[in-house]
Amino acid sequence: MKIVVAIKQVPDRDAPVRIAPGGKWIDETDLQWAMNEPDAYALEEALQLKEKNGGEVVALSAGPERTGQTIREALAKGADRAIQVVCDDLGTRDALGVAKLLAAAIKPENPDLVLTGLQSEDIGLGQTGVIAAELLGLPHATLILHVEKTDAGVTVKRELEEGWFQSIEMPLPAVLTMQSGGTKLRYATLMGIKRAKTKELKSVTAAELGADAAPVVVLEQIALPKKQKSTQILPGSPKEAAAALIEKLKTEARVL
Amino acid sequence: MSGILVILEERGGRIRSSSWEALAAALKLGPAQDITAVVIGAQTAALAAEAAAKGVGKVVRVEHPLLAPYTADGYCAALEQLLQNQGPTQVVFPHTYQVRDYAPALAARMGQSLIGDVVAIEDGAVFTRQLMQGRLNANYRHSGNGPCFVSTQAGAFRADAVDALAGASPATITTFTPNLDASQIRTEPGEPFREAAQTVDLGSAQRIVSVGRGIKEEQNLGLVKDLAAALGAELAASRPICDNGWLPMERQVGSSGQTVAPKLYLAVGISGAIQHLVGMKGSQCIVAINKDPDAPIFEVADYGIVGDLFEVVPALTETVKAAK
Repeated sequence: MKIVVAIKQVPDRDAPVRIAPGGKWIDETDLQWAMNEPDAYALEEALQLKEKNGGEVVALSAGPERTGQTIREALAKGADRAIQVVCDDLGTRDALGVAKLLAAAIKPENPDLVLTGLQSEDIGLGQTGVIAAELLGLPHATLILHVEKTDAGVTVKRELEEGWFQSIEMPLPAVLTMQSGGTKLRYATLMGIKRAKTKELKSVTAAELGADAAPVVVLEQIALPKKQKSTQILPGSPKEAAAALIEKLKTEARVL
Repeated sequence: MSGILVILEERGGRIRSSSWEALAAALKLGPAQDITAVVIGAQTAALAAEAAAKGVGKVVRVEHPLLAPYTADGYCAALEQLLQNQGPTQVVFPHTYQVRDYAPALAARMGQSLIGDVVAIEDGAVFTRQLMQGRLNANYRHSGNGPCFVSTQAGAFRADAVDALAGASPATITTFTPNLDASQIRTEPGEPFREAAQTVDLGSAQRIVSVGRGIKEEQNLGLVKDLAAALGAELAASRPICDNGWLPMERQVGSSGQTVAPKLYLAVGISGAIQHLVGMKGSQCIVAINKDPDAPIFEVADYGIVGDLFEVVPALTETVKAAK
């Protein structure tokens, strides 16, 4: 089974978020970057499917030069080779524009399965995989926790709301967007990191893929959210703050 | 091109409240008489009647035997035909798991891009949605030709704005029968199931101590367990803790877990991504302990301590115990 895993590099969860001058994106200076966590689950599922059924795992990522770091992490974890779509305009493309890039890179690979995370931790639209499926003319399913290869295709476990699940049978090729928590993530081993350096990393540009970028949806302005409540922040040492909080909960909020 | 379509979603034969919220959001885009409520499925008569009573302009039943059970293929094919037929300027959905499964594909099929998970709509059709796990808000505008696709976040718009319309004469109901063929539906969905019987009912808990990523390691959970025990509270968690298997899934609060509204909700090391907030923001009193003063959890908290949970939580436990 040949599996393409689409991975996004996102700001590290703990990185401080500052708005860039102009107010259209965040300030990327000195930002730490990481693999989007749902995509890490997609990669893990792909690696496990390959270990069970054989085949090949191809990591795919679009973004500027720095994305290479995340791609090498995917190779170190066990992806066989990688494709980097080099583009500097990821932030101004809408979901359709990003999916067009990825679909154009996926198509010539003719994979049996395309996996990606259900959403990114930065923009969080949760649409890229679904749109890529539409553009590729493939069936899809979202919020998938587990994939089982069958004779006819795959059986997937889909998460529904409020603790419900559902099994779906589908033919291959197909596109699945993976939910987190379906399996345990592996760490890259030293050997893996070493091997990653010898693996193929193909670079293509957005222009070479011919995927147009004219957005139909435009991000105009970003801003800090307005507070919904005025929070009383309790100052002092941990001990003082703790004492003040318990007092407030008893006498002011009356919930203790 | 004119009019606003709102695609309603049902559960158990009733329109879901998040769909009324989507309808309330549509009222920010145009008057009620310009809004067409759409119900979709294999049997939609009762749903249509429920929608018509709300006093919208029109109700359309998109009905076909192949529309039950739900499949992305079936819904996309049927709704594409409806949109071609109606030519709306805007299409509004509730941002449910089901909508996330098909609406992006439907929009792409029409050359559009869904503005998903919208929390506010301002004049001139400016749509606000969150970035960076709720740390930032972003304003979006639709700039192309063709319909603008929008989905609304659960709880962001007030469903009772729709109730105010009721009392007007019921909307006219028409039926739209899409051309569907079984061969168009490529997936075969099974019946919904639950993993195991719930043994914890967080929904009825008066006090909840909830723990997130900030706890770092499984062996640190003892800290929050001690605090929960001292407060007589149930222990809950955000998704990553349950993903790691540190606590069972049934203790998860949020859009994929339980929705709770205790008297006291004490969030420890939880940044407050929207998926978590929707599950707990109805709590009477919310306390947040987090090292990041900009964490979105503080947007909904009544009280906060900005600091290292590994120092604050033991201090809290001690204070509670000493007061007994």
